[in-house]
Amino acid sequence: MDNALWTLYARPALITVGEVLAIIVPLLVAVAYLTYAERKIIALSQLRKGPNVVGPFGLLQPFADGLKLFLKETVIPSGASPVVFVIAPILTFTLALIAWAVIPFAPGAVVANINVGILYLFAVSSLGVYGIIIAGWASNSRYAFLGALRSAAQMVSYEVASGFVLVTVLLCAGSLNLTDIVLAQRHVWFVVPLLPMFVVFYVSGLAETNRVPFDLPEGESELVAGYFVEYSAMTFALFYLGEYANIILISGMASVLFLGGWLPPAPVVPFTWIPGPLWFALKAALLAFGFLWVRTTFPRFRYDQLMRLGWKVFLPLSLGWVFLTAAVLMGTGWLPGHG
Amino acid sequence: MKSLLVAYYPILIFLIIAGGLSVMMVVASLILARQRPDSEKLSPYECGFDPFENARIRFDVRYYLVAILFIIFDLEVAFLFPWAVSLRDIGVFGFVSMAIFLAVLTIGFAYEWMKGALEWD
Repeated sequence: MDNALWTLYARPALITVGEVLAIIVPLLVAVAYLTYAERKIIALSQLRKGPNVVGPFGLLQPFADGLKLFLKETVIPSGASPVVFVIAPILTFTLALIAWAVIPFAPGAVVANINVGILYLFAVSSLGVYGIIIAGWASNSRYAFLGALRSAAQMVSYEVASGFVLVTVLLCAGSLNLTDIVLAQRHVWFVVPLLPMFVVFYVSGLAETNRVPFDLPEGESELVAGYFVEYSAMTFALFYLGEYANIILISGMASVLFLGGWLPPAPVVPFTWIPGPLWFALKAALLAFGFLWVRTTFPRFRYDQLMRLGWKVFLPLSLGWVFLTAAVLMGTGWLPGHG
Repeated sequence: MKSLLVAYYPILIFLIIAGGLSVMMVVASLILARQRPDSEKLSPYECGFDPFENARIRFDVRYYLVAILFIIFDLEVAFLFPWAVSLRDIGVFGFVSMAIFLAVLTIGFAYEWMKGALEWD
């Protein structure tokens, strides 16, 4: 009996714990260095030097920042609802991490190879809006409240468009499993036939993570910092880390759905020498760099422009594209499937 | 059924580790960092003024409208997911059914647009 308990539950659990840590630890390092990369890239694009004091080339700066935030006082405003106030950043950060459970890094290298992986991703990224609504409401501060409202409206608006984009990918892949979706791109990456959808997905990703040029929720000239204006110390750090973890997540999702995940650009010799997970990381890093590049390039949208783009451009475009993709696949008999 | 649960078991473990990590970071900071609250520090930030009234005010009805529209379209996306993966099996009949559904929805969308539900002025 003891033996069965060990083989059935305890050992798989231990292996999973190892796998989970093997994802979370590099992910946190990646998040730390994404903040560093952002500061360096913005600095370079503005002809400054950026962080260069802590460690060689300022490479230890993210850890210094983290330590500083860790040792700061956690201010919980007197008007706030304390429990809910603390839960919000914890929720945001947890959700940013758990989405990685279904992302495949190589054939079989995935923590939970569930057959509805893409649905899980969609669900988890939809839940992200709760962290923000809860933060804005619990803070009991005007700026936080307005920021949370804007952010929630913006996130749900762009989620509709990215939902339709996922459907076009599903039509081409014929499976909800992310490993199958990558394998369906062996011959041609989905970015080629679905290029407009890739752009819609990426821009919606910018909007869903509240990044420039869609960073109205934290428009510092009017709302100070938006929904996390009242947050300090580690509660602030979790929001901050969550935002960057979400950037990496969107980049990872985009590379799995459109850029062939771990697949090399062509199955020929110099490309196949590089291992799959490295290809995945390269593609995700390139897309994450795009987030930073956009930030140094574009001015902020007005709120009506933002809503117009989401509802009047992206929504009809992606809805039409769903119909078009289905019609083309039906007409040509290229539909993927089990039969 | 059992194999389905087994597939989700790692997600449960992931959730516990990720949640535990987040809670630990906040609690450890609360314990280790020096906490010296005072009434000024704890008042809500409003550019140095004392807040005039509760911040949980009435807000623009358009935010509700966006939420309602979102529910309609998100449900539709949820309909499309199973349709998209089984389109080969359900064939032309499935395709035409969904085309009719999408047409009805597009009419609704056009109506919202005409009515100005998507305007932010």
